[in-house]
Amino acid sequence: MKSHPILGIALGLLALAGPARAAEAEDAGRAERWTELQHAVFGERALADGAGVIALEAPSRAMDAAIVPVAVTLTGAEHVKAVYLLIDGNPSPLAATVHFGPAADPRALRTRVRVEQYTLMHAVAETEDGRLFATERFVKAAGGCSAPASKDQQAAAARIGQIKLKRDPASPAAEGQPATAQLLISHPNNNGMQMDQVTRNYIPARYIQNVTVDFGGERVFAMDADISLSEDPAITFGFVPHNAGPMTVAVRDSKGSLFQQSFDFAAGRS
Amino acid sequence: MKRREALLTGLAALAARAARAESLPFRLTEVAPGIHVRQGAMAEATPENADAIANTGCIIGDSAIAVVDPGGSLTDGERLLAAIRALSDRPIRYVVQTHFHPDHCFGAAAFLPDGPVFVGHARMPGAIAARGEYYRQRLADSLGEAQAGRPVVPTFLVAVESSFDLGNRVLDLRAHPTAHTDNDLTLFDRRTATLWAGDLLFVDRVPSIDGSLLGWLRVLGDLEAVPAARAVPGHGPPSVPWPAGAAAEERYLRVLEREIRDLQARGGTIEEAAATVGVEERDNWLLFDDYNGRNVTAAFAELEWD
Repeated sequence: MKSHPILGIALGLLALAGPARAAEAEDAGRAERWTELQHAVFGERALADGAGVIALEAPSRAMDAAIVPVAVTLTGAEHVKAVYLLIDGNPSPLAATVHFGPAADPRALRTRVRVEQYTLMHAVAETEDGRLFATERFVKAAGGCSAPASKDQQAAAARIGQIKLKRDPASPAAEGQPATAQLLISHPNNNGMQMDQVTRNYIPARYIQNVTVDFGGERVFAMDADISLSEDPAITFGFVPHNAGPMTVAVRDSKGSLFQQSFDFAAGRS
Repeated sequence: MKRREALLTGLAALAARAARAESLPFRLTEVAPGIHVRQGAMAEATPENADAIANTGCIIGDSAIAVVDPGGSLTDGERLLAAIRALSDRPIRYVVQTHFHPDHCFGAAAFLPDGPVFVGHARMPGAIAARGEYYRQRLADSLGEAQAGRPVVPTFLVAVESSFDLGNRVLDLRAHPTAHTDNDLTLFDRRTATLWAGDLLFVDRVPSIDGSLLGWLRVLGDLEAVPAARAVPGHGPPSVPWPAGAAAEERYLRVLEREIRDLQARGGTIEEAAATVGVEERDNWLLFDDYNGRNVTAAFAELEWD
């Protein structure tokens, strides 16, 4: 989204024009908003029904609106090069775009997002030949974007930029065998809508814009993110190791900070 | 005949409901000499209960009164004031707010005409600034603007410890690190060895974590060392023996910690945690389904970085 300033403005205007209070919004309003959003993000391109290609899981009623787990599953029926996650009712609806690389196992992707109001959520798969497949979910959650930031701000500030990588214990990373890993990034992902409880000013936005993961020099995925990712973003992804590691992770935030870390998978669980 | 019966039954139900809304049984129980507690309803806020869902009350000294948690709405606060006035005409010198959640402090404005000092944790003003308006709007949507009330920003701020005297009755205040919330304050009455624990202690009603699971367990350890004979929980009976009264809460919090850590070690997901962690505690708590999943979700994220 950062590479599309005009799109950013268009989405901002949509947010203003969109339903102010989700509880009152009608289905028709939501459908209209999705039509506008589709146009803003995908232009005139057609979106086909994603059934059989892409599935989106999210709780119908979120436990915690600031930590709403979402899972995107690809069936493998189409060769997908990118996935878009949109939270229609959020202030900046395009939550994440994931571009898969040659070392990706793009079947499963999980992350956690903030949800500001009752909303439709969309996952869109883009195939190698440029076709788009969409699926949707309705999620009841409210206040996730403006919820107070970290429950312990000092602890959060002290560990900003720390990165952990967890391998699924049930999924060994043998050469050529798909494996699953989870990336945990310590970052407040402040979206500019949260208040500092001490100064009582709004905390300036500072959020993760880009995450890349490579394995043995091959790209697993690159994610363009935005303010909808939860604090301390967590991303679970699949990969296929074609050679020896390490796995390298690079995270860039909106203040220009770059956090990098390398994980040696041969040494066992990290 | 049938229709008439149905009509009468309907009218009776309506009348009963109106009576409940107008005059909630407001009863103060004296749990120790001079310490009076109103037990809150084990429910969520509704127009019928006027958000009188938390324990509130007062401590009466030889020369003055301290109100502890001024009620869940302006209506609740006004009823508390009337009940206190039926007990004593000593001046209300302090209104202590154990934390910033609406069910504990939205009745504060009922006490403004008495001109008391409002006491709170040093982090409470910031917490009110961040979420007070959101809480007020939500409560007003349910109870109506006139009834909802609002918190009063405390001016007597406690960063670590402090004390005040009500006349031969010294109360020790203690501000805690992040636990139930980031602004939990407890009181200890030296005269009767009574700990007013606020929402650091839930009894019967499932605890809600709006701070830190691990922080709460640490603070609970500190509090269990307080030489109190009894404690007043934020939700539950007016008084429980101390520290025995904290056993169930501590067990619940430890179950969450242990099961989440086990699940994380096995590579389990946050969705799996929300659906499975703590379920064996389900029959031990009221409102379990309303809070357990959220507790687990927040604690899962917390423990990933422990």
